[in-house]
Amino acid sequence: MDPCACCLRAFIFGGVFGGILITTNRATYPGDTFFRRLTILFALALFLLVLVMAFQLYREAQPSLQRFGWPFVWGREWDPVHEKFGALPYIYGTLVSTLLALALAGPISLGAAVYLAEFAPRRLKATLAFLVDLLAGIPGIVYGLWGSFVLAPFLRNCLEPWLGKYLGFLPLFQGPPFGIGLLAAGIILAIMCIPVMTAVTREVLEVVPAGQREALLAFGATPWEVVRLAVLPYAREGIIGAFFLGLGKALGETLAVTMVIGNRPEISLSLFSPAHSMTSVIVNEFAQAVKAIHLAALIHIGLLLFGITLLVNIIARLLIYRLGRKVSRWKQVE
Amino acid sequence: MTGKIVVDELFAWYDDREVLKGISLEIKANRVTAIIGPSGCGKSTFIRCLNRMHEIVPGAGTAGKVYLDGRDVYALNPIEVRRRVGMIFQTPNVFPAMSIFQNVAVGLALNGWRRRQELHSTVEKTLSQVGLLEEVAGRLDQPATGLSSGQLQRLCIARTLAVEPEVLLMDEPCSALDPIASFRIEELIRELKQKYTIVIVTHNMQQAARISDYTAFLAQGELIEYGSTPAVFINPKDRRTESYITGRSA
Ligand SMILES: Nc1ncnc2c1ncn2[C@@H]1O[C@H](COP(=O)(O)OP(=O)(O)OP(=O)(O)O)[C@@H](O)[C@H]1O
Ligand SMILES: [Mg+2]
Repeated sequence: MDPCACCLRAFIFGGVFGGILITTNRATYPGDTFFRRLTILFALALFLLVLVMAFQLYREAQPSLQRFGWPFVWGREWDPVHEKFGALPYIYGTLVSTLLALALAGPISLGAAVYLAEFAPRRLKATLAFLVDLLAGIPGIVYGLWGSFVLAPFLRNCLEPWLGKYLGFLPLFQGPPFGIGLLAAGIILAIMCIPVMTAVTREVLEVVPAGQREALLAFGATPWEVVRLAVLPYAREGIIGAFFLGLGKALGETLAVTMVIGNRPEISLSLFSPAHSMTSVIVNEFAQAVKAIHLAALIHIGLLLFGITLLVNIIARLLIYRLGRKVSRWKQVE
Repeated sequence: MTGKIVVDELFAWYDDREVLKGISLEIKANRVTAIIGPSGCGKSTFIRCLNRMHEIVPGAGTAGKVYLDGRDVYALNPIEVRRRVGMIFQTPNVFPAMSIFQNVAVGLALNGWRRRQELHSTVEKTLSQVGLLEEVAGRLDQPATGLSSGQLQRLCIARTLAVEPEVLLMDEPCSALDPIASFRIEELIRELKQKYTIVIVTHNMQQAARISDYTAFLAQGELIEYGSTPAVFINPKDRRTESYITGRSA
């Protein structure tokens, strides 16, 4: 039998029996027990789904994993005709565009959330919060269209020449302005992350107890001091969580990025130059991949993306855990 | 001698809901004044009007006068008023992201204190004032969240004392504490009245009788009775005061 299906079945049986074992010694009401088991089952199913997915990816990527191994990660060549595959340009494009997106979206979302939660008049707040939520629901393809028809020409004709002129001494802003490229991808991703990050950060700020604010106000603190010393430190775990949510979204976004990144597997320090991303290469080549090794290489990239996403989430957890135990460095007194 | 705080025809509201309906009273310096009354009668609102904390609630407003040493607090800078009239809340709202030291120093830092040496000596002085210095010795750099709730409340008092206010407003400071921790706070209040003017809201009649010199009884936003604590408790003039104090519904 198919090992994967076998594995799945074993997990489900294990889950059911495990669930029954865990719950039988605490029987109270029959309904209670039933629901507890049911929820345990659902939780296990979720966990299972992830495991099965990872396993499937791993299995399908086998030809590429066996042939290229780890050097696949830092290989720079991607040549389906001669069966040479290396993922570095795609990893580079994904990481740089994501980091750029976060660098742009982070401060903007934080600022917007602080305004919405702390300073906006009551009426305006509801309207703005609704708009932010609305933005979060627009499909990526719409952002992609806007990116290629509005943003890219604007970058090519205005922003990139300007950046090149004034910040051209940095390698980041050198080279001819293409419009389409890493910068465009970063900006589009930032725009797509901002609504989610703002919405979550705002919610995190709003559950900071009123007593935290009042305690500082009672010292005669200004509203800005209240935000800086009471609200943000209290909410920092949640804020980090919101940022990693945005990071995850940026890592996985496909369509919008594909439309503006240029789809050229190059590694260039310049943000103006076209690049490629892990998601884009998969979506572009998956249908045309006739050779088994080509397909496996694409799935290999998928596996790497899965790994990066997992890693990001683990880092987020660790960061939140550590912060929970450590006192912030507070510059005013130290 | 006129009072440290003189309240003259004070009205307060939330949006269009009037909560205080013309309260006038005088709070004596270096005395403990207890504010008692049924839940929802406006006790918290009243003391929050004294240091202008009421106005931070959106839609809240006041009319009437509150004088601090003869000067209308609503004509002063609210920041100055709040520094001179400190406030202690029902729940000990320490800052969880700060250490014990930082929690006490935060008010000082807001007032422009920078030098580490001065900060340290003041923090230690105020911690010992509330009897906390020995209990937290060696732990000053650790998060404040590790303390018991009684210690947290004393930490909040220390934090407020550090900026040397003239008046302390306490809104049910003991209601989240066990009897022993409450008792320590009561002792502390008795010591503190040498230096400070104290206004305390409490639901505990015995506590009011034990620690206060004057008692004000509020009901439905009006001042029903105000006088020296023995007078109010032993010989209340108003029938409503009497039934509230003796535990019959007001
Ligand atoms: N933020 C607010 N917005 C609207 N109404 C409020 C607000 N705070 C208090 N009120 C109302 O004002 C009235 C007085 O409230 P206040 O908190 O001053 O009463 P209290 O005497 O302190 O009560 P308790 O003993 O329960 O603390 C109550 O009816 C309450 O519902
Ligand atoms: Mg109250």
